[in-house]
Amino acid sequence: MQDFFDIDSALSEEERAVRESVRQFVDERVIPVIGDCYVEGRFPREIIPGLAELGVFGANLPEEYGCAGLNNVAYGLIMQELERGDSGIRSFASVQGALVMYPIFAFGSEEQKKHYLPKMASGEIIGCFGLTEPDFGSNPSGMITMAKEQSDGSWVLNGAKMWITNGSQANVAVVWAKTNGDKSDKSIRGFVVPTNTKGFSAKDQKGKLSLRASDTSELVMQDVHLPATALLPKSGGLKSPLMCLTQARYGISWGVIGAAMACYEEALAYSTSRVMFDKPIGGFQIQQQRLAIMLTEIVKAQLVSLHLGRLKDLGTFTPQQVSFAKRNNCDIATDVAREARRLLGANGILAEYASMRHMANLESVYTYEGTHDIHTLILGQAVTGLSAFN
Amino acid sequence: MANTFAMAESRGGALRRVAIEAVSAARALADASGGGEVHALLAGAPGVAALAPELGKYGADVVIVVEHPALANANSEVLAATAAGRIRSGGYRAALFSASAQGRDLAPRVAAKLGVGMAADVTSFELAGDALVVRHPAYAGKVIATLRLTGTPAILTLRPGARAAVEQAKAARVESAPPAVDPATSRVVVKEMIAGGGAKLDIGDAPVIVSGGRGLKSAENFKLVEDLAAAFGNAAVGATRAVTDDGWRPHSDQIGQTGRQVSPDLYVACGISGAIQHIAGMRNSRTIVAINKDKDAPIFKVADYGIVGDVLEVLPVLTAAVKQARSQG
Amino acid sequence: MKIAVCIKRVPDMETRFKIAASGKAVDETGLKYDMSDFDGYAVETALQLNEKQGPGETVVISLGPDVVQEQLRKALSMGADRAVQLKADRVPVDGLAIARALAAELEGGGYDLILFGRQAVDSANATVGPMTAELLDLPCATAVSTLDIANGRATARRELEGAAEIVEFPLPAIVTVDEGMPRARYPSLKGIMAAKKKPLEVKPAQLGEERLTLEKMELPPERAAGRIVGEGPGAVPDLVRLLHTEAKVL
Repeated sequence: MQDFFDIDSALSEEERAVRESVRQFVDERVIPVIGDCYVEGRFPREIIPGLAELGVFGANLPEEYGCAGLNNVAYGLIMQELERGDSGIRSFASVQGALVMYPIFAFGSEEQKKHYLPKMASGEIIGCFGLTEPDFGSNPSGMITMAKEQSDGSWVLNGAKMWITNGSQANVAVVWAKTNGDKSDKSIRGFVVPTNTKGFSAKDQKGKLSLRASDTSELVMQDVHLPATALLPKSGGLKSPLMCLTQARYGISWGVIGAAMACYEEALAYSTSRVMFDKPIGGFQIQQQRLAIMLTEIVKAQLVSLHLGRLKDLGTFTPQQVSFAKRNNCDIATDVAREARRLLGANGILAEYASMRHMANLESVYTYEGTHDIHTLILGQAVTGLSAFN
Repeated sequence: MANTFAMAESRGGALRRVAIEAVSAARALADASGGGEVHALLAGAPGVAALAPELGKYGADVVIVVEHPALANANSEVLAATAAGRIRSGGYRAALFSASAQGRDLAPRVAAKLGVGMAADVTSFELAGDALVVRHPAYAGKVIATLRLTGTPAILTLRPGARAAVEQAKAARVESAPPAVDPATSRVVVKEMIAGGGAKLDIGDAPVIVSGGRGLKSAENFKLVEDLAAAFGNAAVGATRAVTDDGWRPHSDQIGQTGRQVSPDLYVACGISGAIQHIAGMRNSRTIVAINKDKDAPIFKVADYGIVGDVLEVLPVLTAAVKQARSQG
Repeated sequence: MKIAVCIKRVPDMETRFKIAASGKAVDETGLKYDMSDFDGYAVETALQLNEKQGPGETVVISLGPDVVQEQLRKALSMGADRAVQLKADRVPVDGLAIARALAAELEGGGYDLILFGRQAVDSANATVGPMTAELLDLPCATAVSTLDIANGRATARRELEGAAEIVEFPLPAIVTVDEGMPRARYPSLKGIMAAKKKPLEVKPAQLGEERLTLEKMELPPERAAGRIVGEGPGAVPDLVRLLHTEAKVL
């Protein structure tokens, strides 16, 4: 896509090199297979080693734990390029990096960090993030999964989680549970659960019409015994999983730009080659308006995420700013994808074109990691001081 | 009035077509520059001198024959030293080589030895005062560069097949000469020559090329491409980078930006989408036919004739039709 | 082994090129650049050789203006150890001038192996590699599709038309690489960060006289528009007829 606003001039050479590297990988290894994967409903696991070698997992975590140690703008560009391929690919990386590696990094002991992080960076250990429950999506503080501490410091975990990306393939699950019968969200702690522990099972949810190139699973924990070392010692309260979500949402705000760019590029190319009524359809006013609006929203979204990334690197960003970016960018991306799909006409419903796949995927992205509506209320509360959550 | 030098490439005791192209081009250049002589250098195992009269047919006044058992295989160290020595002492206006694989290996060494510039892979040349002005396709064939080469001798490599050889009989007086350096001192030694699969016609020489891409779905289906090539009788089989990467065909069959550049009379692209990488290798074909099931495939933009359809269904029918047309013709 | 790889910055060949107003160059607006394809294989070959054969050094060299540092840094990101820019305000079309500058840099460098791509995908001349070998009086094998090194000797397969040669030669030597050699790895993100700390030296290029100069560049004539003859096997009779009567190739 043409860099209409010369946003590249605001990126460093390394950031551009990172983007280029991931873009090349996605062009060569993801795009040729992703349409079929989506139709078949399978995540292309064969690219996991390539992604790991590239250094995509936990890319903004420190080098001392085997990670790339990139800044947050570079991390965002990685998410953008992955999602240009497919939201399912970027979701895999978001979960692995922001929702599994990050909590271990932020809340884990040094032993846990040294044990898990390098192997997760290398793709040897795949993780998933267990927060959402069948009856508690937008309201995670109501969760009922419960962990009971035993006299010897070990834990017994019971509960169920749903809509868990990577669940059925994960080697470990970072599970959030209330503790010791305390139903308030203050008792929430995080646990690193090896998925081969007795009592733990994961099963893929079937019948998805969105994020089909992604494993989405239910987790069931029935008297899962965990050693004391499974607890993330520095975790405590709802704040802990929310911090993880803030990390993921930041990456998502970039990722969806990638999906929008892919749709825009596809629509633009189609509009200049598809001829109807003796001229390329890109010469008709309605299609030009579509393209102009797509371009405008993509550029605005890029500027939002870029500035947010710089603030994140300075350490001055706020979760509300992340909500702003996730909300806006997911919203415009779903619109761009839909408009691109419409510009493509009948061809736009075929799997060989990317737009409808992106359009369907983006509905999940609009909904997960805090629905659009929830982020709306977060912003509403931030500006009015009044909660409209209940 | 200066003479023109031409390198006559041979392999396995036979002249390659590019040798004749080089001699014929040298003849044209000599005639255009006031009519000097054409001296062709012909090296090989003892007995290669028998090829000299053929060079005479295309305009060689003198054939410098360098025979040595060790020259049964091309030896750039010996040939470069020998050619450079002759060119230097012979006061040639220009020295023409082919831009074949061996020519591209040899000519730059000669140029460096003589400290002169060279123009590579040219499709045309003309004298302009004391310079040579040449044309050369660049940027994956998407740009034609016109270059000026000054100094004497001017060294050129000619794109194979770009300029048809024209008969113009000359004496082809044989002069024997020893290799300028002892072949035993060569550092690069040929251990083995691997011929390309029996009677297979090389894609650089074939008037017709039938090429296959991913649309064939599997390596086994390349049989359909081979069948069509066989039906034409004078066709070679080519491939895209995608299928050579997947190991369906050897790299040497690859036509494209990083493979071979070809310009046959007829190029049939079967199940090839027409990526720039590939088009760079075949865009100069005289007639291009494309068979692809996607009517928006870029290959149709360069094709003269196209069939939109599944290549697996179309090829057998086309093969039968070509066989029949040829048997009737 | 101490291996030098000479690389060239080239524009993306997927572009639809336009000629610049000067008529002597392609219009650079919006062009994306990378290392020439075969040069990428050469860097990869060097990296793999040093990975397999124990510690060594891979040095990448490129001639041109400061923008070539981008490609040098990409090679450093892939894993090369050191980079040298031979600074010149443009890359000459005369291969011998480039070879002279490279030879001056490579001379006395103690390199076991010097790699080039078979040809740059933009200028497509394939002259600089063998010319540099000649200036340095090193054995040279061009258009190599496989390369094995053991005990200071190399065995390589050279692709010819419709045939191939297996050649052997001692190191130090110059090799130009072709299809069949490994594709360039993606620079890992860690590699991109590490590249910043690796040495990149800038030296003036000693080009000398240029005898080959560019007069102009132009677009080739457009092929006349073709046509779709029909769909499916049913179109075959029409195609064959056209090939016979119109194109006269059958």
